[in-house]
Amino acid sequence: MTIAGKTAIAGVGATPFYRRGRSVPQTLEELVCKAIIAAVDDAGLTVRDVDGFAFYSEGFDTPKLMETLGIPEVTYTATLTGAGGGSAGAVGLASSAIVSGMARNVIVVGGTQQAAQRFGAITSAYEATPDTAFFASAGLVGPGHMFALLARRHMHRFGTTREQFAEVALSGRRNAIDHPDALMKKPLDLETYLAAPMLADPLCLFDFCLESDGAVAVLVTSVERARDMKQPPAIVAGCVHGGERDWGRSLYWMNMPEETFVSSGNVAIARNLYRQAGMTPADIDTAQIYDHFTPMVIAQLEDFGFCGRGEGGPFVASGAIRHDGGSLPINTDGGQLSGAYIWGMTHIREAVAQLRGTAFHQVRGARTALVTGGPSSLPNSGLILRRD
Amino acid sequence: MSGPIAKRPLESLFELVTDRWTDPFWQAARERRLVAARCASCGRFRMPPGPFCPDCLSQEIEWPTLSGRGSVYSFTIVARAIFPAMEECIPYVPALIELPDAQGIRLITNIVDVPIDGITVGAEVEVVWDERADGVVVPRFTLVGNGRTDEGRRA
Repeated sequence: MTIAGKTAIAGVGATPFYRRGRSVPQTLEELVCKAIIAAVDDAGLTVRDVDGFAFYSEGFDTPKLMETLGIPEVTYTATLTGAGGGSAGAVGLASSAIVSGMARNVIVVGGTQQAAQRFGAITSAYEATPDTAFFASAGLVGPGHMFALLARRHMHRFGTTREQFAEVALSGRRNAIDHPDALMKKPLDLETYLAAPMLADPLCLFDFCLESDGAVAVLVTSVERARDMKQPPAIVAGCVHGGERDWGRSLYWMNMPEETFVSSGNVAIARNLYRQAGMTPADIDTAQIYDHFTPMVIAQLEDFGFCGRGEGGPFVASGAIRHDGGSLPINTDGGQLSGAYIWGMTHIREAVAQLRGTAFHQVRGARTALVTGGPSSLPNSGLILRRD
Repeated sequence: MSGPIAKRPLESLFELVTDRWTDPFWQAARERRLVAARCASCGRFRMPPGPFCPDCLSQEIEWPTLSGRGSVYSFTIVARAIFPAMEECIPYVPALIELPDAQGIRLITNIVDVPIDGITVGAEVEVVWDERADGVVVPRFTLVGNGRTDEGRRA
């Protein structure tokens, strides 16, 4: 029994993307509903055809969505535990419902509106607990402070450099500049990167993802039904979530053994995902890598086997991730660093666009796309989509 | 060495909450003793301390007093205020410290009172104690015999 090859993303919908707080006076619920309406329309369905929700990162209120959108009945409503690490994995949660016959047309949706709470300071908003005392006492206010600790260890261990972090930021910015949906339009060069303020040394301004508003939804259904819908299906070749105890709460724990500390916590995710999909890294044509912080992109490229441990820096510096000529074009819509940060959902949207052949920066002949979620406190997740 | 001195994070960001498994750490801090949780059955250290040893599932726990010496595993420099109240406390240096007498764990803490440009991965550090107005005592670290400007600070 496997979900591999049995489900597909048949519809994708998104709101425009906004800089932090600029989506007001729309409400977050409104943004989420707009994305859902767009996703079912893209599939050639109506909201009345939706009978399931698969959320992540605490999700949204299913009965309120039903009430608001006029969805008559759901037979599945579930949420992956954890945070943004579950974004890619929520497609697997939806797929498990479809393969087991619990639902037919399942919405996966993510949305953010940072008018009231900046994600950049999110950890300071957590309720104090006995566990938070051990990092809050050190002034780790935002995720950037925490991931900076991982980044410096990677530099120390492998000689990874800021210039290599910069390549991730510069590549993303190049993809964003002319992309119609991306937020960041100003060219970025190495000199500008190196002169930027250090927010959490060794991370500078351009190593951080954007803080943005918006929502993205996808509709997951069976491959058979998807073939009868409006768009060419993006088949779920594999989708896994979870991770190993040695990574665990990771940035809130910081006690990972050295070999795990210098990773992105995705070694097991990659192993299980490739096994489920019957693929290897060489089979991946483009990757949409969760890019909340540039060093974590480098560590994920290592974990997912595109280069060896510690070789992620030289790998990106070689130009491998560029959309124009790289061997593994990544984050072709500008990613979360320069496109928009919608908790990982833009990566799923862009992977589907690549497989439909409609991406703005189309990777020629792309037949497979990897999407990652996280790294964060578990679960991390991974998704491989392929053309029909 | 010169340049900015490592300060301390904003106190108001941290409200101490404990439970029976974490409280001994903070109680020992009030006595200026650095301790760590060790499984009394198999001897494995764990942080933060929880109700079971993840290796042997024993609930027997002991709290040996450590030397207070350690080394820097990683660190960051917070030089930008995320909100205005942070302005007064930057720059400060969150750091992960490994302890030779508590193998396998790291403390998430701060390096304080030394020029930031002298802090390196692997540097030897020792504990100093910060007592807050509310009586909570927080262990922090400073470089061993290297540009130290203060024996610690009383709030």
